[in-house]
Amino acid sequence: MKKYNLPLSTSDIQSLHAGDYVLLSGKIHTARDAAHKLLVKSLESNEVLPFDLSETTIYYVGATPPKPGQVIGACGPTSSYRMDPFVEPLMNSGLKVMIGKGERSDEAKAAILRHNGLYLIVTGGIGALVSQRVHSSKIVLYPELGTEAIHELEVVDFPAIVAYDIFGNDLYTQQ
Amino acid sequence: MNITREDVIREVKKIVVDAACNLDPEMVRFLQLAKSKETAPLAKTILSEIIQNQEIARNQGIPMCQDTGVSVFFVELGNQVRLDFDLVEAINEATRLGYKEGFLRKSIVAHPIDRVNTKDNTPAVIHIKLVMGDTLHITFAPKGAGSENLSRMKMMTPAEGIEDVIAFVKETILLAGGKACPPLIVGIGIGGNFELAPLIAKEAIFRPLTDEATHPINRELEVRLMKEINELPVGAMGLGGVTTCLAVKVNSYPCHIASFPVAVNLQCHAARHKEITLGGNKHEEI
Repeated sequence: MKKYNLPLSTSDIQSLHAGDYVLLSGKIHTARDAAHKLLVKSLESNEVLPFDLSETTIYYVGATPPKPGQVIGACGPTSSYRMDPFVEPLMNSGLKVMIGKGERSDEAKAAILRHNGLYLIVTGGIGALVSQRVHSSKIVLYPELGTEAIHELEVVDFPAIVAYDIFGNDLYTQQ
Repeated sequence: MNITREDVIREVKKIVVDAACNLDPEMVRFLQLAKSKETAPLAKTILSEIIQNQEIARNQGIPMCQDTGVSVFFVELGNQVRLDFDLVEAINEATRLGYKEGFLRKSIVAHPIDRVNTKDNTPAVIHIKLVMGDTLHITFAPKGAGSENLSRMKMMTPAEGIEDVIAFVKETILLAGGKACPPLIVGIGIGGNFELAPLIAKEAIFRPLTDEATHPINRELEVRLMKEINELPVGAMGLGGVTTCLAVKVNSYPCHIASFPVAVNLQCHAARHKEITLGGNKHEEI
């Protein structure tokens, strides 16, 4: 099990292969269906985002609300395929690494490979376990979306598996 | 037998919160059994994470999965039960309070096109069946979208048979891959009509895990599919191994001479449901 700090550097990305189980620490940004629609609109109209896509990692999640005293509620991954249409525009703006769950479309997979990016996955349905690895959470964009707002999370030893690497390997078809 | 609106709200709210954090012990036993039989290292790791996750959820009162679902209720209302209130309204009120007080995610939008969140997870999806007796029996299941989105329905033709049902189910599991969060519970409804087949498929998911279909054809389907699905190249989270499904349940209903509806409702490993019985001489929680 390898440990990495976020954002992953170009050499980190080059060192990772499909099937590697990694523990990630650092800042990530959350985004799912509604936030992706708005993000692409924001990018099209050249709005300045409060974070740099080339300096972050996008995690597909919509958490449950935290109870008093908790940082975050359950926060496992949501299915990535629904975000496939947004991969190309986000990667054109510098995004390199996405975290979610499940197989993606051929188009999204090709875009990730073309941009020398990585697609990581987390076991679906382990939201309580993942919540223990999140040390801070704050809304940074689209607060009106509630659970779908973009949150900045500080994670420590966040458990992920490399699904698509820069060499064109796909963990789902290797099995 | 009188049951009050307050009784329904209080008891339903309890199972709404409870279901999200406390996985049924029988389901945990099935997961542990699957882990002990699994040979692929990555699948074994995934099953360990799933088992560890439900322990954290139970011990710390955190929902096991952030998708706390569409609130689905199956209600059996006894003919001797007297209700002087709107049962659907009361169940929705219990849902509203349960999702708020239990810190569950509100995942319902008022209309599928403009998608404005109702912010309280209502309205619930409520199925009411009239039965004989003096009790009100309510089953609650928060149904996540991950597995629901990959469920399928087909109007087959009477020329087709058991092999075609098996092929359709296996095709559904393959198309779902890792996206439906296997290991799955596979609920299958055959017969009825366009709306009934998916409904009995969903009811099948919530049969006890050890329950076996009484009709010999349904039982044959359950046994064969349990084996054949686990031979598919899917596995836990779609990453290989021999644990694609934990259970297969088949329900059937008579159908038209020209029809052969088949529905496959997928349930992810976060197979959450709780039941409550009100009235009779007891308030019993299962």
